[in-house]
Amino acid sequence: MINMFKKFLNKFFNGLFKKKKNIKLGLYGPPNGGKTTLANRICQDWLGEDMGSVSNVAHETREIQVKEQISIKSKGKELSFNLVDTPGIATRIDYEDFLKSGLKVTEAKKRAKEATKGVIDSIKWLDDMDVVIIVLDSTKDPYSQVNITIVGNLEARKIPVLIVGNKIDLKKANIKKLQEAFPQYDIVGISAKFGNHMDEFYDLLFKITK
Amino acid sequence: MLSLQFIPYSQIASMSSQKRIAKILKLVKDENIVLLEGTLNKDEETELIKKTMEEIKGKFRGIEICTIESENDKNAFFDKFKKMLYTYILREKKGFTVIGPASIVKEIKRDPNKIQLLTKDVKRRNK
Repeated sequence: MINMFKKFLNKFFNGLFKKKKNIKLGLYGPPNGGKTTLANRICQDWLGEDMGSVSNVAHETREIQVKEQISIKSKGKELSFNLVDTPGIATRIDYEDFLKSGLKVTEAKKRAKEATKGVIDSIKWLDDMDVVIIVLDSTKDPYSQVNITIVGNLEARKIPVLIVGNKIDLKKANIKKLQEAFPQYDIVGISAKFGNHMDEFYDLLFKITK
Repeated sequence: MLSLQFIPYSQIASMSSQKRIAKILKLVKDENIVLLEGTLNKDEETELIKKTMEEIKGKFRGIEICTIESENDKNAFFDKFKKMLYTYILREKKGFTVIGPASIVKEIKRDPNKIQLLTKDVKRRNK
């Protein structure tokens, strides 16, 4: 409640004293949904460089990463933002899961510890976001509690949300199921890895940030 | 042995969010599966995840959580009215929440009106 009040005050005074500011665009979602792959795709499209490293092992991104001053253009419009790539939010982190991915015990324990801190940071940063893109793996069950909690939390904070169903290049992808789970939101199916449907993604980004 | 702990809404109704979360987390860390009458609000759910992360250590590897809220009425006006009513008076008593320790609960699946709780023991028995 206090946070919401603080955010309201921030927005109010920012509106009074700053004519234009870069919005903070956050990439949120569970681990391995493709947040960093999408961040890299956006950065490659508009800056010609990557943002972070990607991996098949969950919790590859364990620290908040910010790429400032990205400007995208579409149909005569321009949008500038600071892109914030966040660690995946999870309710459980078991170092033994990392062992299955081939990591050694010390390495796995270190990764687990960093991953827990990453989740805490992601949650703390929620308050600072102006717009959030929720990146979900469209081959997975959309009804997980983490997805529902993130979406509900952003709704309570009145932060505009765009839901991205990533990995549509895979056979198991099911965008319809995502739309059924979150009927009140704009949803776009993309493949961040191969750049499929990115034009549609940018169009919706303009729509929700206007 | 699995232990299921039921928390009626009346037991947490007058508690602050912090106390609610601490109570739930303590029970889950003691390896109980908690069945809570009602739901936490979204801020509390997020805070529960944050607190869980802060407490992951040793045997405690986190939680599995699932909430079920009943939303069957399609009448727009009534929906709006009901939503207001729930928001201000009844919201947290609606539905129920299952929370279990990750060391016991492998996964909770939602269908979306049905919950399937898969425990690690069940999986081992099936192998």
